[in-house]
This record gives sequence, C-alpha cells and structure tokens, in this order.
Amino acid sequence: MKKLLGTVALSLAMTFAAGAATAAEKLKIGFIYVGPVGDHGWSYQHDQGRQAIEKELGDKVETVFVEKVAEGPDAERAITRLARQGAGLIFTTSFGFMDPTLKVAKRFPKVKFEHATGYKRSKNVATYNARFYEGRYIIGQIAAKMSKSGVAGYIASFPIPEVVMGINSFILGAQTINPNFKLKVIWVNSWFDPGKEADAAKVLIGQGADIITQHTDSTAPLQIAADKGALGFGQASNMIKFAPKAQLTSIVDNWAPYYVRRAKEVLAGTWKASDAWDGLAQGTVEMAPYTNMPADVAAMAMKTEAAITSGKLHPFTGPLYKQDGSMALAAGKVIDDGALAGMNWYVKGIDGKLPN
Amino acid sequence: MGALEAVILTIITASTPLLLAAIGELVTERSGVLNLGVEGMMIMGAVCGFAAAYTTHSALLGVGAGLLAGVGMSLLFAILTQTLMTSQVATGLSLTLLGLGLSGMIGEGFTGLPGIKLEALNIPFLSDIPFIGPVIFGHDILVYGSLFIVAGVAYVLFRTRLGLIITAVGGNHHSAHALGYNVLRVRYGCIAFGGACSGLAGAYLSLAYTPQWIENMSSGRGWIALALVVFSTWLPKRLLVGAYLFGTVWIMGLYVQALGVDIPSQLLSSLPYLVTIVALIIISGNKTLTKVNTPACIGQPFAPER
Repeated sequence: MKKLLGTVALSLAMTFAAGAATAAEKLKIGFIYVGPVGDHGWSYQHDQGRQAIEKELGDKVETVFVEKVAEGPDAERAITRLARQGAGLIFTTSFGFMDPTLKVAKRFPKVKFEHATGYKRSKNVATYNARFYEGRYIIGQIAAKMSKSGVAGYIASFPIPEVVMGINSFILGAQTINPNFKLKVIWVNSWFDPGKEADAAKVLIGQGADIITQHTDSTAPLQIAADKGALGFGQASNMIKFAPKAQLTSIVDNWAPYYVRRAKEVLAGTWKASDAWDGLAQGTVEMAPYTNMPADVAAMAMKTEAAITSGKLHPFTGPLYKQDGSMALAAGKVIDDGALAGMNWYVKGIDGKLPN
Repeated sequence: MGALEAVILTIITASTPLLLAAIGELVTERSGVLNLGVEGMMIMGAVCGFAAAYTTHSALLGVGAGLLAGVGMSLLFAILTQTLMTSQVATGLSLTLLGLGLSGMIGEGFTGLPGIKLEALNIPFLSDIPFIGPVIFGHDILVYGSLFIVAGVAYVLFRTRLGLIITAVGGNHHSAHALGYNVLRVRYGCIAFGGACSGLAGAYLSLAYTPQWIENMSSGRGWIALALVVFSTWLPKRLLVGAYLFGTVWIMGLYVQALGVDIPSQLLSSLPYLVTIVALIIISGNKTLTKVNTPACIGQPFAPER
C-alpha cells in the first residue's frame, strides 16, 4: 500500500513538474490593438498576424490580445496588465502607444516590446513599420488614370509623418500620370470613426472628387463611394466585399512574416531591439487584386508594383519640391528613411495647408 | 449632383439621428422623467436593427426591430424608476452602460459585415426634379418620420388633451394625481415613446447612416441629444432648430476642411457643440417662457401622498 501510494505520488509530482516545465517554456505573446478586430482594416490585419504565429509555432506559444485600447492612459494600463500576466513579447499596434510602451518597458526590462509605426526605441523596445507609401504611389497612379474629374478625396486621420508620407506618395504617383491632379484632404482626427469618415466621404464627393482613399480604419468611406458612384481604395485589408463594384485595389498589411520571425527570435534568445521597415519586397505590404479597371490600367499598376518591389523605383526620387517651392530632393537622389520618418511637409501640387 | 445639393443631403443625414433621439427624450422629460439612458437605448436600437435586417435581408424589419429594442430598454428603465422608485439619474446612467455593453455582446457576430441599406424613397416623378427632387423627395422613411414625429409631438403637446395631461404630470404630479390622472401610466407611456424614438435613431445609424455594425457606433450622440432637449427648453420647434444647426455646423466643418481653408480641424470639430449651445442659450433668453416650459417635477419619483 505504501509502495503504491509512493508510486502514485511520484508520478503525480513528475506530471506536475513536466507540466510546469512546459508551461514555463511556453512563450506568452500579447497584442494591444487600437481598434476592434472586426474593423476589417488595421486591427484585423494585426490579428491575422497573431493567428499566423499561433499556426506556425503551435504549442510553443500562447497568444492573448486586448482590442479597442484607446491611445493614452488606458494604453499604459493595458500594456502593464499584459506584462504582469507574464507576457514575454508584447506587440503594441498603433503610433499613439509609443510613450506608454516605453514607460512600461522601463518597468519590465525582461519583457520585449514591439511598437508599430513609432520612432522611439530602447533596449527592449523595437519598432516596426511597413512601407505603405509604396502602395500609395501605385494607387495614386491608378487614381489619376481612373478619375474623370481629376480630383481625389483623401480622408486622413492625424497629421503624423506616417500619414503625411502616404498623402505625398499618393499625389506623386498621380502626378506621373496627370501633373495637375488635385487632392482634397479632410482630417477626421481619429483612426476609427465610421460616422465621421462617411460624412467626410460624402462631402468630398460633393465637392467633385470621384476617387476616395483613406488613412482611417473603417470600411465606411469605400461604402459611401460605392453608394454615390465613385471609385475608391480599401485600407489595410482587402475590402472588396464591402464595395464589389467600387474598390480598385487595397493596400493590404501582411504582418505575418515579421511577427513569426520575431516570435522565433524571442524563443531562440536572439531577439534584439531593431527598427524594421519592410515593404512590397519583403511581403509586408501587398496589393489586393486590381479590379474594376480596364486591363491596361491594371497592367500599368502591376508594372509599377514590380518596379518598386525590385528596388528599381522609389516613390520619393528627386527632383522633388516641397509645397513652398523649395527643393526637397535633388534630381536622381532617393529620400533617406530618416527624412521619411520625420516628414512634416506637403509636396508641391497639394492645395491646402498641412495642420500641425 | 451639385455641391449644394450634396451638402444639404449630408446635413439632413447627420441631423436625423439626433432629432429622433431628442424628440423622444423631450416627451419623456415633459412627463417629469429624466432618462439619461438615451445612448444605451440608441446603441441597442442600432445593433438589434442591424441584426434583424441582416438575418431577414429587410431594412424595414430592421427598423422595426430597432424600435422594439429601444422600447424594451426603456421599459426596463420604467419598471425600475417608476414602480420600484430607484433614482432616475443612476438608473439612466446604468441603462447607458448596459446598452453599450450588451450591444457589444450581441453585435459580436455582426461586426464588419456588409450592411443592408435603408433605401431612399423613389417617388417616380417627384424625385427626378433636378435639385428639389433629391433634396426634398429623395430621403428614406426615417428622415420623413423624424420630421413627422416632431410635428406630431408639437401638435399633441400643445393642442390636445393628452398633451395637457403629460405637461400636468410633469409639472406637478401630485396635483395631476389628485385630479384623477394615472401618473404612472402616463409616464410609462412617455418613457416607452422615448425608447421607441431612441431605438429608431439607433436603427437609422446602422441601416442608413453607415450601413454596418461597429461597437459604440453611436459615438456619444445620445448625450448630444440629451443636451439638445434641455437647451431647447423642451420645445419641439427649438429642438428641430438645434438638431439641424448641430448637423449643419458639423458638416460645414468637414466642408471647409475639404476646401482647403486654413482652420485647425480640431477647432472645426468642436464648433458644432459651441455654436449649438450658444444659439440655443440665446433663443432661450426669455426667462418666463423657460420657466413655463420646464417640467418642474423632472427627476422626482412619484409616490402618491396618503
């Protein structure tokens, strides 16, 4: 009897020990989203990346996410909670999480943080971004080709470099087709507000824009464009099912390759704080299929896409002039990443002043 | 479509949900009940309207479902505050929180699905008249409904016996009770009416304004509606002016931005609130008129004196 009890106790202890050991090895990865996973845009794509990690790394990792975290004090609380729960790697997926991430990172030096679209790093905070402006250049060209009125409407969120370079890239692309292409910009001061975005789209169309594009996260502008007979571009994910006859293409964020790579690095112990800025070439930026346009426009778009992917074409190549007329880039020169990351000026050809 | 036409249509679309929610709350408050749960009722109307429309493929059924959802939420409020005599302020705020959370839960499976749009009326000959056609005859039924409800409320409140009873109950519920009117029944009815209107406003948001369901899509409109009711001194005509003024400044803010005028967008975002408050304060300058129209018993639970 004693022997039986002893064996049972021993095997139980071993099971627990084994269980604890496996649990201790499982990497907990946390995600903070600024919007709902169901936005079918920005946060949705990040969640796709999270699911890719789970699929690829299976039972070596355990992922958890918090959605709809407002940028500000709430963010710090949410990130801290994830760190306290034992997360070893935390992705904070919006520009406005920059300072909260750094603050929490200081208090949890053993946890690794990845901040999207930011520019401040530390020993355990890496930043990552995608070269969306490459996609913007392509859609600018498509817009100029497809627009009958020569005016496009741009629904922008906040005047941060990320958004400004998108606007500039769009108009630069359009100007290669139509040097007098006009762009109207409305700032809605939010990443996600379907009502306001819809209103902005209606106002832009009312003022003569027949192409709508956005740097906000809901499907509302594209739906309004479809409703009013305009054409548009999806944002962050393929929004074709919301506007089957109006979406020309979409700039799709594909975070899976980067996420899986970084998770593997943490597991292997080789993670280092870095600044990753991948684009079409690395597969982080993808273009949704080119629809609702004639074959020659699609062919042009694919040619531009190939040129950018191979590195032959960079959207910001000189000669480039700022809105005030001064020269930003000499002929033949390509802009450097630092200037892009701090971009706070419009290129020549955009009417209207850039807010601070 | 001309620019002016587009702007007017957009203004009407932006003002309608505010008007619907506010006119319902006006009736509720006239009977002496302060229902702060407008936001909660509105968002429940939005999610139930969308869910019903999506599953039945009929926007009209969605509108009906939204209305019923609003009524349901408001009756919960009514039972708590009228029969069980809980604090109206606390219950109303709880109703808002309940509505926001419950709608998120119900809407989980409906987030991001393509919506069913409430179609605009297409009156064969009238809608085709250039400019006047779309502007006056080209709206969906909820827009016309909102104007009809405002006119109806103004008529009932000031020209019928029912309106007198409602005002009496809101002005001095003990006297009304002494006169033999069933105070609780009147208040139940007014609360339900307020809930129905808020539900319609929510259904409008998810079926006509931006035909989709996103959590918290009411974006604080319920609170704006509450403020409008008070600033309009409980007069339907002023409420109409207030709601449309808000919508106009809201849209003009975006319009001005698109024109490229150099005014900070944050200032333009705050203008609707500022302008509407200022305008309504000026309109309500007549102190006697204000006193006459304020429901004196608002917020007080009714317990019949023995």
